[in-house]
Formats: sequence, structure tokens, C-alpha cells
Amino acid sequence: MWDWEFTISILPLLLEGLKITLIATFLAFGFAVVVGLLLAIASRSSVKILSLPVKAFIEFVRSTPLLAQLFFIFYVFPKFGLVLTPLVAGVLGLGLHYSTYLSEVYRSGIDSIPRGQWEAAKALNFSKARTWISIIIPQAVPPIIPVMGNYLIGMFKDTPLLSAITLVEVLQTAKIIGAQSFRYLEPITMVGVIFLILSYVSSLGVRWLELRLNQR
Amino acid sequence: MPFLLKGVVVTIELTVMAAILAFIMAFIAGFARLSKFAIVRGITQIYVEIFRGTSLLVQLFWVYFVLPFFGIELSAMMTGVLVLGLNYGAYASEVIRSSILAIPKGQTEAGIALNMSPSLIMKRIILPQAMLIMLPPLGNYLIELIKSTALVSLITLHDLMFCGTMINNVTMRTIEVYSLVLIIYFLLAYPLTLAIRRLEKRLSAGRL
Repeated sequence: MWDWEFTISILPLLLEGLKITLIATFLAFGFAVVVGLLLAIASRSSVKILSLPVKAFIEFVRSTPLLAQLFFIFYVFPKFGLVLTPLVAGVLGLGLHYSTYLSEVYRSGIDSIPRGQWEAAKALNFSKARTWISIIIPQAVPPIIPVMGNYLIGMFKDTPLLSAITLVEVLQTAKIIGAQSFRYLEPITMVGVIFLILSYVSSLGVRWLELRLNQR
Repeated sequence: MPFLLKGVVVTIELTVMAAILAFIMAFIAGFARLSKFAIVRGITQIYVEIFRGTSLLVQLFWVYFVLPFFGIELSAMMTGVLVLGLNYGAYASEVIRSSILAIPKGQTEAGIALNMSPSLIMKRIILPQAMLIMLPPLGNYLIELIKSTALVSLITLHDLMFCGTMINNVTMRTIEVYSLVLIIYFLLAYPLTLAIRRLEKRLSAGRL
């Protein structure tokens, strides 16, 4: 039933797809890390005109499915003249979705910084930007790195959704192979195995990171 | 619009059925992870790792496209309920396990001192306390589950997302259709978010 020769023959194709998956994952993660921090800072702002819309945006994005957001970005944006390639739309959608999650993670990191640190910065006459860059962020980020690692794994597992907006990543590759050869068993199983191996290995990495950070 | 509402009904049906299955699976797997027997623990761990380690969409495709190969043909709805239920059951089993473990050992010992049977200790002493701890995270998974039901549109189940895409293909009114879909999902999920936040506040008041 299981055809090893066929499995080996499709492996290069699948790895090609995997490359796209990984590129999309890391680009989206980089995007989410930056935007998440900006969202976290903006939602703490004392300027209500800034913080309220940002909070509303976070709540809305967190409460709607990623797939619906991807469709919105990919099919609605062109109506306003903004045509995106599947990869760009996917990275944008995935990155934006997870940036709202990461902003909550940042928030917990920032909240755990003692008040005294803020006051000390004020006493030293630091500007707001300098307080953030040289006092708050360097202390808030290291403890949350393992959590961010878990979100990276989560994003990796969500990239197959990008196949729905016609990005040919690893799952879409498997589906195409299946449609051509009428054999879905090997390609889709292999995709599952690839995901299992990669996410299991990286979850071990995150656990190791957690242990190391706890030791300090 | 009426067509979209039909999709909403399917989405809700799917959520409820998958949630029930997930809840049952989570309890079975959560308890099995704490079992005395290494085999039971091992099998459950494999189940949990497989469902947590592979992508939900890959699992849906696998059940929908690969299982017919073995002669097991499931409808899209069955596939959706089964995969979502098993997937979220695996995630939630960790919640069940950790909240049972969070109950201090002294509680069990007190139960033994009172000559209660292990099942009675579980039922009367451990579970009522563990329930309080596990409710908020389980609620969060329920919200995640609602959002994940959108994925079943990709295996052709006529849920809200699928109906939205179909209407879009016919009417070409992309902006209205997809905005409406987003808003409906928001209306489904957000009240739950608020409810869980309130629950969390009430449960933590006067405790801990």
C-alpha cells in the first residue's frame, strides 16, 4: 500500500515546498516581533486617541479567524488598488495575526518590570524613547523569549493556511502531487511527518531555552 | 445574507459538536497521562504529541483525502468534528492534567486519612478544586476552536467561511462579503472572550 519509491521520488518537491513554508514562517515572525512590540507600546500610551484604536484592533484581530483575515487581505485589498502576491499577503496576514498575540506577551513582560525602574529613568531625566530602548525593553524581552518561541512554532503550524490564498507551500505541493498521481497517502502523510519532526525538535529547543533562562 | 446565516448555523453546529468531543477526549487523555500504567501514559503521550505537533490543516486533509484510501470515507462534517475534536482534545488534555496536578498533595492525603476510596477522593475533593483552575484556559481553547472551524471550508464543508467565498464568487462584491464574514466571526467569538474574562475575575476573587 505504502510505496517507498514514490515517497522518495516526491521528497525533493516537498522539500522545495518546505522552503517556502519556512521562508513565510520566518518573515512573518520577524514582522510579528516588530509590530507586536509597537502595538504593545502603543496600547500603553497615555494618548487615548492612539491607545484605544490599537486596543480595539488587537481585540478584533484576536477574535476573528486567521483564514478570514487572509482572504480579506488577499481579495479585498486589490479592490483598493493594492495588489499583493500570495507570499506577501500571507506574510502580512500571518504576521499581523500573531503580532496581536505577541503584543500580549510583550505586555506581560513589560508589566513585570518594577515601577522603580520607570521612576529611576524619570529621575535620571531620560526621554520616553530612551527609557523604552535602554531600560524597559532589555529587561522585558529575555524572560518572554521562550513564550515567543512557542508562538514561532504555532506560526509554523499555521502556514499551511496560506495554501488557501494560492501560495504553493508544502501542503499545497502535496495536494498538487496528490491530484496528479491520485495518490494522496504518501504526500500528505509525509507533510504530517515533516511537521511533526520540525515542531517536536523546535519545542525541545524551546524547553532547553526555558531551562537555561531559569538558571540565570 | 440568509445564505451566510446558513453558514453560521453550520459553524455553530460544528463548534458545539467538536467542543463536546474535545472535552471528552481531553478528560480521557488528561487522566490517562496521570495513569499508573506506563503503557497508558505512553500511548496518550503519542496521541497528544502527534496532534499538537502536526498542523491542524494537515490533519484535516489527511483524514479527508487519505483515509478514503483505506476505505474509510467520512463526510466533510464528520471529518471536521473528528479532527477538531481530537486536535483540541490533545491541547486541552494538558490543561486538565496540569490543573489536577496543581491541587496540593495534602488534599489527597486528607482524603486517604478520612478513608475515602481513590475515586471518591477524585470526585469529591480533587475535581471540584481542579475545575476552577481549568475553566478559564478551557474557555480560551473554545474561542480558538471557533476560529479554527473556518479551516473546514477548505475541505468543502459549507460553513460561514465557505458560504462567504461562494457568495463572493457569484456577486463579486468582495469588500462587503469578506468584511461581513469577519464581523460575524467577531460577534461569535468576542462575547465568549468577555464572558471568560468575567469568569476569571470572579473565580480569582477571594481565592489564591
